[in-house]
Amino acid sequence: MSAVDTAPPSPAVTTSRRRRAALMGRAPQDTPAGIGTYLLLATTMLFAAFPLYWMFVIATSNDEALAQIPPTVVPGDRFLVNLDEVFSLQDVYFAASLVNSVIVSTAVTAAMLFFCSLAGFAFAKLRFAGSRWLMLFVVLTLTVPNQLGVVALYIVMGKLGWNGTLLAVIVPGLVTAFGVFYMRQFIVNTVPDELVESARMDGATTMRVYRSIVLPAIRPALAVLGLLTFVATWNDFQWPLITLGGTDYPTSMVAISDLASGNYVIYRRVLAGAFVATIPLLIMLFIGGRQIVRGIMEGAVKS
Amino acid sequence: MSTTRAAPASSGRRAAAGRHEHGTDPDHRRLSWRDRLYRFDMRYMPYVLIAPFFLIFLIFGLFPLVFNGVVALRNYRLDDPTLTGWAGLANFRQLFGDDDFWNALYNTFGIFLLSSVPQLLFALIVASLLNRRLRAQTWWRVGVLLPYVTPIVASTMVFSVFFSRDSGMANWVLGLVGIGGDEPINWRADKLHAWIAIATMVNWKWIGYNALLYLAAMQSIPRDVYEAAAVDGAGPWRQLWRITVPMIQPVIVFTVILSTIGGFQLFIEPMLFDLNSQAATGGPNGEWQTIAQLIYKVGWKDLNLGYAAAMSWALFLIILVVAGINTLLTNRLSGGRSR
Repeated sequence: MSAVDTAPPSPAVTTSRRRRAALMGRAPQDTPAGIGTYLLLATTMLFAAFPLYWMFVIATSNDEALAQIPPTVVPGDRFLVNLDEVFSLQDVYFAASLVNSVIVSTAVTAAMLFFCSLAGFAFAKLRFAGSRWLMLFVVLTLTVPNQLGVVALYIVMGKLGWNGTLLAVIVPGLVTAFGVFYMRQFIVNTVPDELVESARMDGATTMRVYRSIVLPAIRPALAVLGLLTFVATWNDFQWPLITLGGTDYPTSMVAISDLASGNYVIYRRVLAGAFVATIPLLIMLFIGGRQIVRGIMEGAVKS
Repeated sequence: MSTTRAAPASSGRRAAAGRHEHGTDPDHRRLSWRDRLYRFDMRYMPYVLIAPFFLIFLIFGLFPLVFNGVVALRNYRLDDPTLTGWAGLANFRQLFGDDDFWNALYNTFGIFLLSSVPQLLFALIVASLLNRRLRAQTWWRVGVLLPYVTPIVASTMVFSVFFSRDSGMANWVLGLVGIGGDEPINWRADKLHAWIAIATMVNWKWIGYNALLYLAAMQSIPRDVYEAAAVDGAGPWRQLWRITVPMIQPVIVFTVILSTIGGFQLFIEPMLFDLNSQAATGGPNGEWQTIAQLIYKVGWKDLNLGYAAAMSWALFLIILVVAGINTLLTNRLSGGRSR
């Protein structure tokens, strides 16, 4: 490859197009992937997918298959049997926990989209005293790891009487600094000022502008933020464990950890439950993968 | 685009200006409800729109963080409500003499090293693989996100089976290449092995995510930089380390900070790797108990919230310091422009 490059470019061939072709000075993203790249990527995919596949294998097996050496890599036929055992365990509330997870994740996602797009709109397109400082404050709060205030949050929730209820996991997530920041950036870049202004001149109220100009323009951002929020909320564990652990209202993640505790853990049950709780997210990745990828590449923040 | 809109917009402005004059006309001091509404809308509506964020953040974000500091200075036990009052620095003093805390700090640091360094290196490599002209490009990108959407609770349980001593796949694979053999590794028996197992879970989870962050940065590198590099005769590997890495250095620093913050709050993996997870001890002798796990144990198993709050503060300071050091180190190593 570099043999070609050693010859100094003669001044005659300086048109950038020909030079690029001659010297292979192409950016990587313009270089077609070779077979080696595809092989390495396929290996990466294998590593990424294998634990999921194996979760399914164990979820469909019996205890003997699990103890086998070499390990089984073929799914069994006992998925429904294992699942039935999980659902009928009295003190785990698995069915209820799935409903709870749906309620919590849906409520948080819907509220996030609503409140963050409104606030993002205000910061992006409305003029009001102190908007700069307030936005700076929002950005600064991005750096605060709230998990560190978890002890005090528990006490606050105790005073409100919310510990052990779904409110304790829903309300703190209703609107986040990241969501506001993300929506603001998107609206600044996609909604033209003139459009907002001319609507204003026609006497449109703020909410009217939001509904008929901003909302249609930000659908892609809503999809991205919605998917990321749903995934993060569904998978959240530490705070739900603290506030909902040991109650009759666990989320599915807390219920799975209940399945996995005790002196003798029955893994085919645990993983049958885990697999069921993973399916919604796999479907989301399958349908909205493009949006999730875009959201992360645009600078989404780890939850 | 703006030129075509200019005409209607300016005529609209004139119309609105007329309406406005009418509203403030001294003869019409008494404003109609419509005008009041309009004024409210213009002046206060923005604050109404941003209020939910500030309300939620103040109550459930900022206040707990500050209040955490207060709790840390008090006696606050869930099992003994009568024991209240100021404890002064007693909780912090207890911290310095607490072997559990130092052990947890040691574990957290060890797992962090074993997870962050390989995580970011592999992410760089995966990103540079994805940064080619690929067929079905979107599907490769979506594929590396499989671990990202998988609940850590679920994947940790899979890895928990994977790293079991007697019938685990890890030992079987290692046996194939001649490691372990007759005496299979007990992944839960000593620090190093437990750390490796947990670090593997963390790496699996975050490599793809970080790779996409790097990929985004790589694609914004100006193309002529590579043209210049080709003249120097740099191959793909050298290109990655000499051009790409220094060019995306800000993002690398960003991911280092992210993984420091995340790594030092590691909770789910060490919790559920334990066969007796509810105890939150991180192994029979705390082989892999992390600080976040210890905070949970002190707060909700030992029911000593005051001490748990003090520990949270200590963790916060540690994260600040380590993130700072890591930023400096990364700036050095990735050889970016000095700023």
